[in-house]
Amino acid sequence: MNLTSEQQAILNGEKGDTLARIMKTLVRYGELFGADSMVPVTSKYNHLVTSFGLKALTPVYELMDKLIEAGNLSTQKFSADPRPLDPNVPSNFLQNFIFKNFMYTRQEDYERQLNQLGLMEKDAFTCTCYMDEVGNTPAMGEVLSWSESSAVVYANSVLGARCNRNSGIIDLMGSVLGYVPYFGLLTDEGRKAKWIVRIETTKKPEAQLLGSAIGMKVMEDVPYIVGLDKWLGGELNDAAKTYLKDFGAATASNGAVGLYHVENITPEAVKYGQELIAEDAQVYVVDDAELERVYKSYPVIWKKKEATPKLCFMGCPHMSLEQLTDWTQKIQEALKKEGKSKVCIPTVFTAAPAVLKKFEETPYAAILKETGVITSYICPLMYMNNPLSEKMPVITSSNKLRTYTSARYYTDAEILEQITKGGGK
Amino acid sequence: MKEFKGRIVAPGTVTAPAVVSHGGLNTLASFQKALQFGDKKATCGDQNNPDLYGKQMAGKALCLPRTIGSTTGGLVLYCACSMKRQPACMLFSEPIDSLAAAGAVLADVWLDDVSMPVIDSLGEEFLNFVKDDMSITVKEDGTVVVE
Repeated sequence: MNLTSEQQAILNGEKGDTLARIMKTLVRYGELFGADSMVPVTSKYNHLVTSFGLKALTPVYELMDKLIEAGNLSTQKFSADPRPLDPNVPSNFLQNFIFKNFMYTRQEDYERQLNQLGLMEKDAFTCTCYMDEVGNTPAMGEVLSWSESSAVVYANSVLGARCNRNSGIIDLMGSVLGYVPYFGLLTDEGRKAKWIVRIETTKKPEAQLLGSAIGMKVMEDVPYIVGLDKWLGGELNDAAKTYLKDFGAATASNGAVGLYHVENITPEAVKYGQELIAEDAQVYVVDDAELERVYKSYPVIWKKKEATPKLCFMGCPHMSLEQLTDWTQKIQEALKKEGKSKVCIPTVFTAAPAVLKKFEETPYAAILKETGVITSYICPLMYMNNPLSEKMPVITSSNKLRTYTSARYYTDAEILEQITKGGGK
Repeated sequence: MKEFKGRIVAPGTVTAPAVVSHGGLNTLASFQKALQFGDKKATCGDQNNPDLYGKQMAGKALCLPRTIGSTTGGLVLYCACSMKRQPACMLFSEPIDSLAAAGAVLADVWLDDVSMPVIDSLGEEFLNFVKDDMSITVKEDGTVVVE
């Protein structure tokens, strides 16, 4: 790799062993992907995937202590993924015992480390850091050192920023160093689409189902999506951003997508159009039958496949303000139709603390509370990682949660029916 | 016996029995329970991976196309190495993905007493040929011998 004299000096150890190792890590990481230089991180804030003081990750916290002791603090402040625990989320005595004594035993210590390293605000814990309410919204072309696959794909695709799919720890190291290796999604060439995806559905495709289908097909390649714009109203408004938030999370978790282009909608597609399509791009057609095929292919790993759900999680990734209000209205109407006042399955909507705060200022918050739906700031995945949670029949509209846990996926309409009418399916 | 040549991601030599995943390895789902609950064998906990679920990963030559899933993947691999629950080596048929690469490099740079050779780009034929419990030897130059 071609390093500047300053970068070389760091690698040679002139600024200490810890910083030298950080440089060595990022140089070696970049060289594996053909990077020939290190470029400055230009965004205002970073975003870290590790938000949980999980006992199993003790070596990570020890490594972070090394950075703190060496004075190698982040040059940027950052947000982090959601906290793992909230007493408002239903859990029994044994689940709590495992959460507190076996799993998230290091939470307090870890949050102390995050504060020392540069957390942007005490409640800046959300996977949707790019929401206006949270304020970690990079501009088009800015170079990031982010992790969290759903945030990376959103930043690249919807905001036009530039970031590779970095792992935890690499995210922080890029921030500490102030440089990241120049490869992959940071480059124009790396942002070209190797797939054209043609949407030929007869109705608006479910965001997380479509994302799942595309993610599983293209894996880590970049898709250029044609025919979705008409279902998104032809512009990148709040509703379209909410849709793409969920869509992207599914592509990134069901596959390994770091960037997608939606013709006429996402900023680079609007600017460059089909120039973004690489030569010999493959074609994938998604119609109603293909979505049905993908949906039916999901394994159901509940012990009793027809069990009555015990919990419903919505908000992986975290819900937007628009989703919270929209769902409040849908649930209210559906319950009224059934002659009911409360949801039939304990239901948790998760969102960023800043978004929940904003939601509380609207009349919808009281309405939602009346229906029995619980709002929380946690990461549902962190809850589901408890072995006792894994054994529960949990339903979700998140394909990301389905991929990583035992939660069973249903479409939004199916979830609404189950939580307002009751019963398993 | 067959030999395959790949690219060295993390150097080292080792001989170990193979365990094979034909689908992408979800690192978080596979290792989390083992790291959390003190399983020295690092039994794979990913129920969505029928090739590996319930099988020991620690001390085995883990053969796979790529890793998938959460961007915690790299640091999970790092933790597995730090806690001495890592595979004997990781052998990728495809070019390595950014998350596994991060884990391999982190372990190699920051853990002075741990060795987990990682070789990628071994080719589709490698993953089609290798079966569970075959003997794998990783040589210094990135050659992988399967018998």
